[in-house]
Amino acid sequence: MDVSRTYDVLILGGGNAALCAAITAAQAGRSVLVLECAPKHFRGGNSRHTRNLRCMHDAPADVLSDSYPEDEYWQDLLKVTGGQTNEKLARMTIRHTATCREWMIRHGVRFQPPLGGTLQLARTNAFFLGGGKALLNAYYRTAEALGVEVAYDAEAIELDIRDGKFTSAIVAHQGVQLEIRAKAVVAAAGGFESNLAWLREAWGPAADNFLIRGTPYNMGRVLRILLDSGAKTVGDAAQGHCVAIDARAPKFDGGICTRVDCVSLGIVVNRDAQRFDDEGLDFWPKRYAVWGQLVAAQPDQIAYSIIDAKAMGKFIPPMFPPIKANSVRELALALELHPAALESTVSQFNQAIRSGTFDHTLLDDCATAGLSPPKSHWARSLDTAPFFAYPLRPGITFTYLGVAVNERAQMIWQDDSPAANIFAAGEIMAGNVLGKGYVAGIGMAIGTAFGRIAGEEAARHVAA
Amino acid sequence: MSPPRSLPVALVEEGARMASICNACRYCEGFCAVFPALERRLSFAEGDLAYLANLCHDCGSCYYACQYAPPHEFQLNFPRMLADIRLQTYRKYAWPSPLSALFQRNGIVVGLVAAASLALLLWAMFFFIDRSVLLAAHADNAGAFYAVLSHRTMAWTFGIVFLFVVVALAVSLVRFWRDSGEKFGDFFSPEPLTHSVADALRLRYLAGGGEGCTYPAETPSHARRWFHHLTFYGFMLCFAATCVATIYHYGFGWKAPYAFSSLPVLLGTAGGIGLLIGPAGLLWLKAIRNRTLSGAKQTGMDVGFLALLLWSSVSGLLLLALRESSAMGVLLGIHLGIVMALFVTLPYGKFVHALYRLAALVRFHLERRRTAPEIGAE
Repeated sequence: MDVSRTYDVLILGGGNAALCAAITAAQAGRSVLVLECAPKHFRGGNSRHTRNLRCMHDAPADVLSDSYPEDEYWQDLLKVTGGQTNEKLARMTIRHTATCREWMIRHGVRFQPPLGGTLQLARTNAFFLGGGKALLNAYYRTAEALGVEVAYDAEAIELDIRDGKFTSAIVAHQGVQLEIRAKAVVAAAGGFESNLAWLREAWGPAADNFLIRGTPYNMGRVLRILLDSGAKTVGDAAQGHCVAIDARAPKFDGGICTRVDCVSLGIVVNRDAQRFDDEGLDFWPKRYAVWGQLVAAQPDQIAYSIIDAKAMGKFIPPMFPPIKANSVRELALALELHPAALESTVSQFNQAIRSGTFDHTLLDDCATAGLSPPKSHWARSLDTAPFFAYPLRPGITFTYLGVAVNERAQMIWQDDSPAANIFAAGEIMAGNVLGKGYVAGIGMAIGTAFGRIAGEEAARHVAA
Repeated sequence: MSPPRSLPVALVEEGARMASICNACRYCEGFCAVFPALERRLSFAEGDLAYLANLCHDCGSCYYACQYAPPHEFQLNFPRMLADIRLQTYRKYAWPSPLSALFQRNGIVVGLVAAASLALLLWAMFFFIDRSVLLAAHADNAGAFYAVLSHRTMAWTFGIVFLFVVVALAVSLVRFWRDSGEKFGDFFSPEPLTHSVADALRLRYLAGGGEGCTYPAETPSHARRWFHHLTFYGFMLCFAATCVATIYHYGFGWKAPYAFSSLPVLLGTAGGIGLLIGPAGLLWLKAIRNRTLSGAKQTGMDVGFLALLLWSSVSGLLLLALRESSAMGVLLGIHLGIVMALFVTLPYGKFVHALYRLAALVRFHLERRRTAPEIGAE
């Protein structure tokens, strides 16, 4: 970091979108400084926990099977967002994914066939070899080779914006504050999901029991500064992508391995040992994000996924061992639930099951009758010891609140005019495309598309 | 054969903890054989970890890609844990069992054996052989080597050592395989064995995502793969030279030293050059490697073996160059002393990785033919 010079492009953030912007701007010949607020080991924001990119393709392509045309992609997005999306920006993102893999490979990213247990994504999603951290490592190597300067433990705490134009940032770094000047800035610093106070403000006291699946460094500082400076917002602060994860996961950064994938194979009860939703409504990949919200709505934001010996070994083994017992009563005691209540819930459930042919690969005909809430598929008696339980809590993946952008990745002011030299990319603007809901691999698609556009446009602005 | 002892409980528990995280994450599945093998399991007992540890090529790709690597609170240093377990399995399977202690402080052990072997040989030569013969220059056509040390002595000494080494290695391999729970005959199933040998000969799992593995540091490189190829094929060429020379001696009655243009000398020279560059390169890579990935007691063992390989080629090539000079007698003693130390320590040093790695690959290919556990979509 050099306080005596004026950088061409200043990038706030160090994840996928930030690095795509940095590489693109540096290749256009601009001087680039990346400010990553995390230490080097934890660089990359939530990109570190990602694993794939949702790709449009009209024919089988290396790791992708069959085809996934633009319109199907768009319809999938429309469905999950319920229309809370900007079609122009969404289609730009989708089209970008048709070609960006070649660019990614050129900059060191490697792809692998779909991982075990993810065959349902083989057609739509290209997996990074080694996951998101390997992708970031490749991008950092590329960026550094292009002369991009990277500062770790460096957080922008103030932006000097006058008449809608950015001139400099105050950066906190190793206990001192430095003023860094630049001709253009790219805000790619993520959302606010690590900011517990902000989460509480948005969601109320229930937020205290949420776990944060990703980076502890997404405090939303840059987002807050931009909003306070008059940026137009997109997305709802009270909306977030929320998954039911193992309650024993750490408060932050547990990532994917805190998952529990056996909800559809058993029942889920709350603190009062009562069931509260249909565990077998649809395939788990379509339901895990719904279960985050469901658990969040329960007392104390806690629930327990309970299975018996028949289901053990039929789902990806979670990181934490199950709580195990030889009877439902013993299990209740181990979970500190009311034993009679749990026994009653289980026996009611068992009695309500109609006979059917169990098949976990289909929406089978094993369902309950006359039970509320029902279990529509994969309902089998919990009758074979030992019994197992995994405690569940809501795990926040990301927040939707962001700044509005146009198709040049320029940030939009509240009066709908674009900011001349402020660009935004990645999670901080993902709400433009994904205002609600989730489809796997869309975050990296948005980050890659808008990161590259922001880098290109920032470079062009400096040249002009 | 006494039954193999167990690995340290704490190490097995730590291994199971880490493997459970990997099994829930699975991002590294495409790097090598370890992760697909791991994903076939729901829990990780000692035997599973011993297998995975020996399947691991210690390339480091998974460490650099790991979102849970230290300083993350999960402290997931998977390759280092596997290296620690691997070393323990070397002790566990060693035969005869009391000699497994030699894997403790292995670098020092190998050094002491080398020194002892050299001292013994040189002492014996100076003691038993007339100094005027030992320190004289000999013409090649006079059967120079055997003028100093009789062929009989050389053949008997090395023959006995070689036989012992073969038996010790074979028993170790049997112990490893028995621990895997696979059937003895299955080791020789043609298809898995062929695939495994091909994987080993190409060092397939040191290729990373195509641009090499993350060794010695994060930037992918083919350096280790190529230095290992030079070492392995150099070793094989030297071995081939010895075999051809044996055939010459017993089959045709042709006595060494052979002409510079003869097959044994050409093979030995080519192999010697490989064994010069390969081990030197591997030692250099080891010196600059990111230490956080290396097993606690691994370095001494690795360095000991590489140093012996390097010194055997240096002394062999010097002997070749100076074989008609008066230094020949002493050089021959030094070379034979080093080669003897190399052979004696084969079953109790880094060399055993070749056996267990190959056997682990065979098991991997055997398992791949079986159906994987039925796991629902995540």
